[in-house]
Amino acid sequence: MSSYHLDHLQYLETEAIHVMREVAAGFERPALLFSGGKDSICLLRLAEKAFRPAEIPMPFLNVETGHEFPELIEFRDRRAAELGAKLIVRSVDEAFAKGIAAPTPGQISRNQLQIPVLLAAIEEFRFDCCIGGARRDEEKARAKERFFSFRDAFGQWDPKNQRPEIWNLYNARLNPGENMRVFPLSNWTEMDVWEYIRKERLEVPNIYFSHTRDCFRKGGQWIPVPPPHTDSSKPDPYAGARPGPNENVRSLVVRVRTIADMISTGMIESPASSVDDIIAEVAAARVTERGSRADDKASEAAMEDRKKAGYF
Amino acid sequence: MPAPHSIELLRFNTCGSVDDGKSTLIGRLLYDSKSLMEDQIEALERSADITGGGQINLANLTDGLRAEREQGITIDVAYRYFATPRRKFIVADTPGHVQYTRNMVTGASTANLSVVLVDARQGVIEQSRRHTYIASLLRIPHVVIAVNKMDLVGWSEARFQEIRDEFESFLPLLDLKDVKFIPMSALNGDNVVEPSVHTPWFAGPTLLGHLETVHIGSDWNMGAFRFPVQWVNRPNNPRDPHLHDFRGFSGQIAGGIVRVGQRVMVLPSGLKSTVKEIWTLDGPLQEAFCPQSVTLVLADDLDISRGDTLVGMEFLPGLSSELHAKVCWMHPRPLQRGRRYLLKHGTQIVQAAVTTVENRINVATYQAEPEPPELAMNDIGEIRLKTARPLAYDGYVTNRLTGAFVLIEQGTNATVAAGMLHPPLESVRPEYSDFAI
Ligand SMILES: Nc1nc2c(ncn2[C@@H]2O[C@H](COP(=O)(O)OP(=O)(O)O)[C@@H](O)[C@H]2O)c(=O)[nH]1
Repeated sequence: MSSYHLDHLQYLETEAIHVMREVAAGFERPALLFSGGKDSICLLRLAEKAFRPAEIPMPFLNVETGHEFPELIEFRDRRAAELGAKLIVRSVDEAFAKGIAAPTPGQISRNQLQIPVLLAAIEEFRFDCCIGGARRDEEKARAKERFFSFRDAFGQWDPKNQRPEIWNLYNARLNPGENMRVFPLSNWTEMDVWEYIRKERLEVPNIYFSHTRDCFRKGGQWIPVPPPHTDSSKPDPYAGARPGPNENVRSLVVRVRTIADMISTGMIESPASSVDDIIAEVAAARVTERGSRADDKASEAAMEDRKKAGYF
Repeated sequence: MPAPHSIELLRFNTCGSVDDGKSTLIGRLLYDSKSLMEDQIEALERSADITGGGQINLANLTDGLRAEREQGITIDVAYRYFATPRRKFIVADTPGHVQYTRNMVTGASTANLSVVLVDARQGVIEQSRRHTYIASLLRIPHVVIAVNKMDLVGWSEARFQEIRDEFESFLPLLDLKDVKFIPMSALNGDNVVEPSVHTPWFAGPTLLGHLETVHIGSDWNMGAFRFPVQWVNRPNNPRDPHLHDFRGFSGQIAGGIVRVGQRVMVLPSGLKSTVKEIWTLDGPLQEAFCPQSVTLVLADDLDISRGDTLVGMEFLPGLSSELHAKVCWMHPRPLQRGRRYLLKHGTQIVQAAVTTVENRINVATYQAEPEPPELAMNDIGEIRLKTARPLAYDGYVTNRLTGAFVLIEQGTNATVAAGMLHPPLESVRPEYSDFAI
């Protein structure tokens, strides 16, 4: 410390804390998007660093597709409780019931449907800012994203009409109805996230570590077999997403690298059972993290299209 | 668990005119440093089949958005990340069109180093003078002049030297402290990551070699202590007696070092106190330095809020509501004398009126043209401003954080200018106190 010098993780940390505090001071009703995934786990630690000993001055918000890994939900609820934070959950199912969203015929994945649900939640709680854990290194369209990403009254992102960000002087000003998405981890890479998790000894859901799981092949990836449908009073939420009778279901030693929901997360075969193992694996990886997400593969401009529509 | 060794982060930006090879260079750095993944290479190959007649185009790696791909130009700032065992890098890819000066200012504002590309066939052009000017204006600590496409001039040492001489004829007019010249071919990879067999006459490092070793330890200001208060931390916790009365000031140190026991002054009020505690989640610190984020607890209960600045008692800043600055105009609606804006400096936003537009700087000749009718998008000029409240500030030359501001247009909330303050004519005196407050 006496060398007056920050290493790369300390630099990324102080930058992110600064961004978090700008949000707390610059907005009236911010929220922090917390899914239980590794990026948002880092966000929570950064929020503690930014705001302790006071309470974290914003609720946590999560939009469920209804196809979540149960391990993730358990972890999310427990962490929010441990931190004494208010957790708001809105779901695609609820949105169907309220008519905010409608199922897309022929489309089993509800990834797209998270957009209207998120926008409805923003409206319901009149959030003027949502902090998200997206990183610029994840995907090409994200590489141009700002720390403070301006959205119009429809939640849309206009890549040509973003405010220049100069030095650390973020412009957080909004007119009524507009809102901001803020990404404190903009400059972090997948490696930085894991190194930070190691340094801070952060707990992550156990699906990040290798375990045995039934999987089947779809779109060139190993997709987890959904949990059995037990409640026969309701329709099977995974109808159409289950392996067919002729499909080759295999029990594999796998883990998740990036989490969407059960339908769109490709499991990677891996023996990594500790954060150190994962760091070694990321260092040697030959495929980007989003290479294991079915939702991005659709087209080269897939992410860009979703962002324009209001996605993170 | 092996102790992870300390790795530094270097931020740089690339600039040059269209087709000088910026995208190819960044692609080459990513490719040769093995930072590309199979699926990225696969995507490159896929798009090569569609648009490139089967040739992989390294430039495609950094052309992010569809609109840009369709127009075949990079129109905004994109950030890229790669690492070597020695350092981590953040690259701001900033485009070269004349009309996008503002993007270079954006990308360069946080950079330790700027890579200015020139095409060896063309040598110095107006853009090269513009880019070196901006690097100097923004006080980028290190600059590399990358003389690219050397393969197209037969790897001629004489040509390289000629371009270098041309640069050196005007570099003395600028405030650049560290300028390196490197002959290269981004397309073929010569002197980018691997040393070139074509330049036995060149003794310097490759670009990556330089990026990995250039000394950046002193790029942050470790002089006078500056602390713009960002957020007042008041737990109001009725259960914990220590927390019940806890009142801390959170922020990121914008200059210098702070120690427990140190006397500090609050500006603009002039009130003084002593640092009692440097609070962090990881435990209290005895001292903290720029750019750490901390929470300071003072010995006295003073009225301090966001936008105030805590400063050390030595090397006090200026305090004034009359400011003199260089600005880069960033918006299609031009700057005119008399207009009012919001000015963000540190953590405060104040009303400001532009009282004078003194000159516009011709960035090709570096001549100041006096009293222009307005400053248009991408113009750089000197202005005078009057603010509704006095600012505690330093010259941008001394501190890139406390000497910088942005202007925001009221109503649209657009960020319209980046400003760099001239050093204050006088500093606050240690006995200063504003009785009016
Ligand atoms: N011969 C040669 N061509 C190059 C070199 N670097 C880039 N190019 C070509 O110059 C053109 C423009 O390069 P690009 O990277 O797109 O330039 P940008 O507009 O600055 O990003 C492309 O056709 C490149 O293949 C080089 O070192 N040598």
